Amino acid sequence: MNDAVTNDQAPAPSEKDADKPDAPEPGKGHSVMRQIVAGDVFAGVLAVVLAVLVGSIMVAATDDAVRESAGYLFARPGDFLSAVWDAVWGAYTALFRGAVYNNLVSDFSTQIRPLTETLKFAAPLIVAGLGVGLGFRAGLFNIGGRGQMLLAGGAAGYVGFNFDLPTFIHLPLAILVGMVVGALWAGIAGLLKARTGAHEVIVTIMLNYVAYYLLFYALSKEGLLQAPGSANPKSLPMKESAVLPDILGDRFNLHLGFVLALVAVAYVWWLLNRSALGYRIRAVGENPNAARSAGIDVGRTWVTVMLLAGALVGLAGVNQVLGTVPDGVTLDLDASIGFDAITVALLGRSRPLGILAAGLLFGAFKAGGFSMQAAEGIPVDIVLVVQSLIVLFIAAPPLVRAIFRLPAKEAK
Amino acid sequence: MSTLTDPTSTGASPGPAAPTGEVVTLVSRKTPVVLGVLTVGLALILLFQPESGETTLRLARETDFFQLPDLTLPTMPTAWALTIVCALLTGESVRRYLAKKRTPMWLVAIYAIAWMTGFLVWAAVGETLPVVGLLAGSLALAVPLVFGALGGVLGERAGVVNIAIDGQLLFGAFAAAVVSSMTGSPWPGLLAASIAGALVALILGLFAISYFVDQIIVGVVLNVLVIGITSFLFSQVLAPNAADLNTSARFKVVPIPVLGDIPLIGPILFRQTPVVYVLYIAVAVVTFALYRTRWGLRVRAVGEHPMAADTVGIKVNRTRYRTILIAGAVAGLGGAFYTLVSVPQFNREMTGGAGYIALAAVIFGKWDPIRATLAALLFGFASNLQGVLSVIGSPVPSQFMLMLPYVVTIFAVAGLVGRSRPPAADGVPYRPQ
Amino acid sequence: MKLELRGITKRFGSLVANDRISLTVEPGEIHALLGENGAGKSTLMNVLYGLYRADEGEILLDDEVQHFTGPGDAMAAGIGMVHQHFMLIPVFSVAENVMLGNESTGFAGTLDLDASRARVTEISERFGFHVDPDALVEDLPVGVQQRVEIIKALSRDAELLVFDEPTAVLTPQETDELMEIMRQLREAGKAIVFITHKLREVRAVADKITVIRLGKVVGEAEPTASNAELAAMMVGRPVELVVHKDPPKLGEEVFAVKDLRVVNATGHVQVDGITFSIRAGEVLAVAGVQGNGQTELTEAILGLQEHVTGSVRLDGKELLGRSVRQVLDAGVGFIPEDRQEDGLVGNMTIAENLMLNRSFAPPFVRRGSLQIDKLRAFAEEKLQQYDVRARDIDTACGNLSGGNQQKVVVARELSRDLRLLVAAQPTRGVDVGSIEFIHKQVVATRDSGVPVLVVSTELDEVVALADRIMVLYRGRVVGIVPGDTPREQLGLMMTGERPKDLEGDVA
Repeated sequence: MNDAVTNDQAPAPSEKDADKPDAPEPGKGHSVMRQIVAGDVFAGVLAVVLAVLVGSIMVAATDDAVRESAGYLFARPGDFLSAVWDAVWGAYTALFRGAVYNNLVSDFSTQIRPLTETLKFAAPLIVAGLGVGLGFRAGLFNIGGRGQMLLAGGAAGYVGFNFDLPTFIHLPLAILVGMVVGALWAGIAGLLKARTGAHEVIVTIMLNYVAYYLLFYALSKEGLLQAPGSANPKSLPMKESAVLPDILGDRFNLHLGFVLALVAVAYVWWLLNRSALGYRIRAVGENPNAARSAGIDVGRTWVTVMLLAGALVGLAGVNQVLGTVPDGVTLDLDASIGFDAITVALLGRSRPLGILAAGLLFGAFKAGGFSMQAAEGIPVDIVLVVQSLIVLFIAAPPLVRAIFRLPAKEAK
Repeated sequence: MSTLTDPTSTGASPGPAAPTGEVVTLVSRKTPVVLGVLTVGLALILLFQPESGETTLRLARETDFFQLPDLTLPTMPTAWALTIVCALLTGESVRRYLAKKRTPMWLVAIYAIAWMTGFLVWAAVGETLPVVGLLAGSLALAVPLVFGALGGVLGERAGVVNIAIDGQLLFGAFAAAVVSSMTGSPWPGLLAASIAGALVALILGLFAISYFVDQIIVGVVLNVLVIGITSFLFSQVLAPNAADLNTSARFKVVPIPVLGDIPLIGPILFRQTPVVYVLYIAVAVVTFALYRTRWGLRVRAVGEHPMAADTVGIKVNRTRYRTILIAGAVAGLGGAFYTLVSVPQFNREMTGGAGYIALAAVIFGKWDPIRATLAALLFGFASNLQGVLSVIGSPVPSQFMLMLPYVVTIFAVAGLVGRSRPPAADGVPYRPQ
Repeated sequence: MKLELRGITKRFGSLVANDRISLTVEPGEIHALLGENGAGKSTLMNVLYGLYRADEGEILLDDEVQHFTGPGDAMAAGIGMVHQHFMLIPVFSVAENVMLGNESTGFAGTLDLDASRARVTEISERFGFHVDPDALVEDLPVGVQQRVEIIKALSRDAELLVFDEPTAVLTPQETDELMEIMRQLREAGKAIVFITHKLREVRAVADKITVIRLGKVVGEAEPTASNAELAAMMVGRPVELVVHKDPPKLGEEVFAVKDLRVVNATGHVQVDGITFSIRAGEVLAVAGVQGNGQTELTEAILGLQEHVTGSVRLDGKELLGRSVRQVLDAGVGFIPEDRQEDGLVGNMTIAENLMLNRSFAPPFVRRGSLQIDKLRAFAEEKLQQYDVRARDIDTACGNLSGGNQQKVVVARELSRDLRLLVAAQPTRGVDVGSIEFIHKQVVATRDSGVPVLVVSTELDEVVALADRIMVLYRGRVVGIVPGDTPREQLGLMMTGERPKDLEGDVA
């Protein structure tokens, strides 16, 4: 309604309009530099810089040496500055060493081990991010990643420790069962939205809790998931035949899950850009009314999207249970990936390749965050702060430009 | 991206009154179906898990001025009787559906009470159910939810979707813990909680109002940001200095004279901490302000049709900023509950996603402060229920009891609430020319 | 109060919406601002009302320069505006709407609703408006809503009133009443600016006429000028006021609607017992003021409405109860009345929008995959054929002008094998060039032997296209009459009055 009003008031000149190209031509007179400066990519980089900067301030402000030297700031400002530098530099080099390349060790495979850790952490973030992003493209906000991961992981784990089968059957079966359970769980929200108009945000949040307690119940009942003779809510470890194999040999933890994530990226790219279903998903997401008027069943599309999204998010749960932590299903198997996936999808602008990049970045943060905590004693939560700031700043390029006093982008 | 409005929820353009002037009542069969499912569920429980014995309902606490006697009921007959009441009410709902009439809210309310009582009598077989304690505890547990829901209602009435309620609660809890630890008194903590909530709202406003970022995105990310910041500061600053910074002074229960002595109601409503009394005032003030004052008229105008408000000289975005700051302050008060009432220190992620439940209460309550309050109380009841039942021991695995409030919400959102109408411009940024 | 605009210029990016416009309006004068859609009239008035800031030029009231920073300032200076899209809050009562922004309050900011009620009643009685101050605005007919807008302006003691396309939503009779109100206001010494693109109305009520084209004042005219003169000034070239079409070559009666009844989601009966039929090669135009059931009628045919009874038959097959997709597959082409809401996906490209209703089967989809090459070739061809002015087929539809957007919709709908065309408001908000083009396409479709249902609230369009005319009033058929029925009679029928000599529902 508001749109209509605004559009009506914007001038829609008649013949004049016909002569000029409709989208404003990017000014040919502008220099290349200006285009780069005004472009979204540059703003994105600045957003990351800004977020890292804020993170630095937090690290420095809570560092003991910095606070101590701040006490005699005016007497010896040099001490203060070098303390700040030490704290911040120490934090980020530790992060880098934990995430990409460790220069402190001598043999090559240990040096690049952090990179493989990053890829390992990135895999579930990428697939879950794809699931959430797919929902976004259809106009659905899936906050239910956690529940979908928990149940999918639980189901895959049940298959994984309970049966004796050859690997080529066992592993695919466990993966498939997990994905199907994730799909069905998310499908509930899609179905309820299509049938009753129940808002998916509420329903998926509620389903998270329900899933948590369902898994809790299963994990505290022998015969379901609980390991026999145990009092803890934990299952038996996976059978060897159901574990995702390491792809770079025993020395690295990187397992097949990362390959599955790459396959998922390719699939979702094809789905959104080259398939009829993806076309309908985008149409429904952009303008459900027009889609409906053109004969597209909006409700059915919602259900389909939620099923696909649940399968993808479920794959993240499967990845955890059968790959990263194969020693048994636990209640925290989701490792907050379900929520991180939302930020990954937002940062990746719901586009498969963007999500791949965002997932790698966040995977690096995760891998590096742990080593930063170990090496420098900086709580890993700082990573959460930097991540969310990146998403916020990326979503508001004008703010970033204003902070750096850059020229505003040509208005449309 | 979706906002909390559902563009396709109505069949067509919502057009004004019928051109023909004729109106027929369209009834959905959702309500009778949901009631039927629940009735059958209760009957199945009783059928397959019959319990013999008696259930005692305690209607007063030892300290109460008036001592109502305990009520002892035979478990199965009482439970079955209430199931039959449920069945009759379902029948009435079906009859009304067939006669093309809607199921009224009072019927649903009576049904809910009958169903719940029936279930509780069965679940507490052979035990004593402390009714007063259960309800008083529910109210206490609902405090952050009600404050959060009020904050949500205010924001959305002005057209800003406030998903950051959880962040406001958490930051409020954090600030309350620190300030009350430093001052040694809960009241400055309460004030700090409120300011902290407003601060989160200010960031929400900056991105959502000034920079037109999707409000749901900002809200979700803000919640994560607050978790990150508070957890970081908790381990870096609070934990090493727990005695100075994280040992908050708590509010004590302050019974109100006379009112607190009314049988049944007194101990539930008027023997609470001051935060609960602040809550009563907040609900009353928000409701009055929203519907009866110039401020409220303008807030609602801005949330329904910002352009129209602009054309009569109301500064839309300024009004929105002001409103969400107040909303954040109100939600922040709820955060104080965690560190000034519940436990005497801050812990990481201690709200446990309560802000999202408050958001559900907002929608459940159809963007009305009173209804949203009632919805929040319902959630409080459900969360307290499982605590009480796990103490007295019940035949249901505790996980299913814990799950109950969330399942009820899903049923309610899908079946009973029906299509609700959010403020027309909810979630839509306003760009003045 | 005397208004003077001096050299007002307003740019949007590279686009000059108002180019040095100057204008003077005296008190006690009705000054008409005439121009076609998008000529810049509304922009000018929004500048005057403080909604837009002018890039150049100044506004003078009684010879004093004004600096408006928002509508509040304009209102305080005595300017009142009756907006084309009413600036009323549907869920508020009349009294609440009138007081909004100008509230009288009691203790602690409590609203004094009684004061507002009294004000509404007083103004309402002075001008004979009959408005209930406690009615909810969403329950009122549009004509009454417009009066609420007028009351809103008058309650703030406006001395200059701007009416922005006020007759678009009114019946001819309501239009006459509005003219009367405007004259009354003129007698009361108010200055009035009347924005319109309807020549007839200008000549009936204006004291002075200023014509605007492409953002510039192109001249002034006297109310005695002829329609053709005014139209030529407005468009910049002689305009054919009629569409050329041959007499219809009527075929079988292929489309028949019987006892159609539509109830909306809130239980309001929108369409009640409509029966009509269309023969192959015939245009049936539905006339009526907006909101009399036309939207629901077309949506019910398409399968977009939920609670529908009766029968809709195409080629003898029942369409009711089928999904939208099945209806489209049966050969129904649909031009929805709101192209941005229902016709196009603004963020998708022209090419993508051209396959919106063909995402299930060849030629653009094979075994679940998009056939992008075929789609691109098709889009290139249609861009030429339908004269869509855009840089290329990858331009997002949201960036096109109204006329070009509508051409994309028309191209999509007409490039399938049609058995029926339903065109709702096919030229709303479209420039004259595109109107002529789209009208030609509609007539060509009819001449190819397809039955066509046109819905329009513009009587000119109805008369131009129709072989027969069905007039709707309050969800019911007033009568179905021949295409050459005099406008006066149609106008009367649009108020629900059924001519005595009309027998049966058949023309």
